Amino acid sequence: MFETLWEYLQYPFVRYALIVGVLVALCSSLLGVTLVLKRFSFIGDGLSHVAFGAMAIAAVLNLTNELLIVMPITVISAVLLLRTGQNAKIKGDAAIAMISVGALAFGYLLMNVFSTSSHLSGDVCSTLFGSTSMVTLTLTDVWICTVISVIVVAVFLLFYNKIFAVTFDEGFALASGTGVKRYNLLLAIVIAVVIVMSMKLVGSLMISALVIFPAVSAMRLFKSFRSVTVCSVVLSVTCALAGMVISILAGTPVGPTIVGVNVAVFFLCAGLGALLRR
Amino acid sequence: MSMIEVNDLRLGYENRVIIEQLNFTVQTGDYLCIVGENGSGKSTLMKTLLGLQKPMGGSIVFGDGLKKNEIGYLPQQTAVQRDFPASVREIVLSGCQARCGWRPFYNKAEKQLAEKNIERMGMTAYAGRCYRELSGGQQQRVLLARALCATQKILLLDEPVAGLDPKVTAEMYELIDSLHQEGITIIMISHDIKAALCYADHILHIGRRIFFGTKEDYQNSDFGRLFLWQEDGDKDV
Repeated sequence: MFETLWEYLQYPFVRYALIVGVLVALCSSLLGVTLVLKRFSFIGDGLSHVAFGAMAIAAVLNLTNELLIVMPITVISAVLLLRTGQNAKIKGDAAIAMISVGALAFGYLLMNVFSTSSHLSGDVCSTLFGSTSMVTLTLTDVWICTVISVIVVAVFLLFYNKIFAVTFDEGFALASGTGVKRYNLLLAIVIAVVIVMSMKLVGSLMISALVIFPAVSAMRLFKSFRSVTVCSVVLSVTCALAGMVISILAGTPVGPTIVGVNVAVFFLCAGLGALLRR
Repeated sequence: MSMIEVNDLRLGYENRVIIEQLNFTVQTGDYLCIVGENGSGKSTLMKTLLGLQKPMGGSIVFGDGLKKNEIGYLPQQTAVQRDFPASVREIVLSGCQARCGWRPFYNKAEKQLAEKNIERMGMTAYAGRCYRELSGGQQQRVLLARALCATQKILLLDEPVAGLDPKVTAEMYELIDSLHQEGITIIMISHDIKAALCYADHILHIGRRIFFGTKEDYQNSDFGRLFLWQEDGDKDV
């Protein structure tokens, strides 16, 4: 088993995938805790669908670097979604559902009508569920991913206390002069960036799992914000690594394998949490 | 000069006026209780005092060196908070947020302030405990400790005893009263007119008619007597 793994590790694209996987897992779980607690879990899902639509546009336009179009569209949608969440005629969850389904349909339509490639369903499938072979990652992708991760982690650490205050009690934070709007905006942008970054690896349908599962699992076990955040990161990175190793050895698609490991870990944590509480 | 001076304030939202011509003042060391029926605009008034909402007209002037973000606020609990994984210490410390400004981390003085306020609320034994596992009364104490981290001068309490049982309610009122004795100005929104008359020294009654004055004046006014009589009537039925 280890020999097979070692053999695979000789290929650069496997190493790239492992690096990107760990970074994506790290960033998504950092934000996950806040999103789940703010009742924004579905924003990740909605945004990933928007990113899928944007990806379709990029594919149709035949752009060499699809990030140039996917990133701005997703960031703008994130800002709009968080804004409507606060004061809207259409309530937050409905707005997210509308945008996400709309973007999904629009994206598929675009790909279908203007498709240049011969195997359309394969393309769509890999955008939705992540590439099956991980060979699509290039060194540039790895670098972009690393830079983004460093920025996300730095932003999170620097604003950790503010993010906590805004998550726990927006009203109080606002009353004591913390720029709540500013931090919500910051969160929205960071979420969008992380989602676009994760798309290549796990695919747009699976990203919300990476955001939500580690956070919810950690909440079963730990009781302070800091320990929940740390535990969520550890769980997420471990699950991503385990998932990738399994997918290499068993030849399963990466995204769904990682999510599967996350689901298993969640049930483990839920059981453990119930035992501890007794 | 007064700590807070409210002149001709008009409150409401989306062009609907709830309160008009509201005038009152709060002096340093006062204990003001705001009473009124549901929907009379108590919470709107509180939000406006905190600067969360813009008034439709009139003005609020802060004096005695009180800055806008130096008001300690005890909000009503939200659904999000009830199962929030956070330790008592983390929550109380977040009350120091306003002092930080752009500084990302809390300094030693702020951490000490948080510990001091946890102790002041008698929660030292619970400092490492998880907020969601505390009782309602303990949670209120934690939020009060957080509010005290934000201010040394004035507390705004929004229905501080909502959902608490009678014994804990009485303890909470005593606790607030002891803070008042220490010199902190208190503004409290309450349904509980009896407690208001017991602890407060000024009453602001808002609704179709507005009354502002001392507790004694309120009890002697026709308006106050009518309201108290109605309250008693409600309880007898």
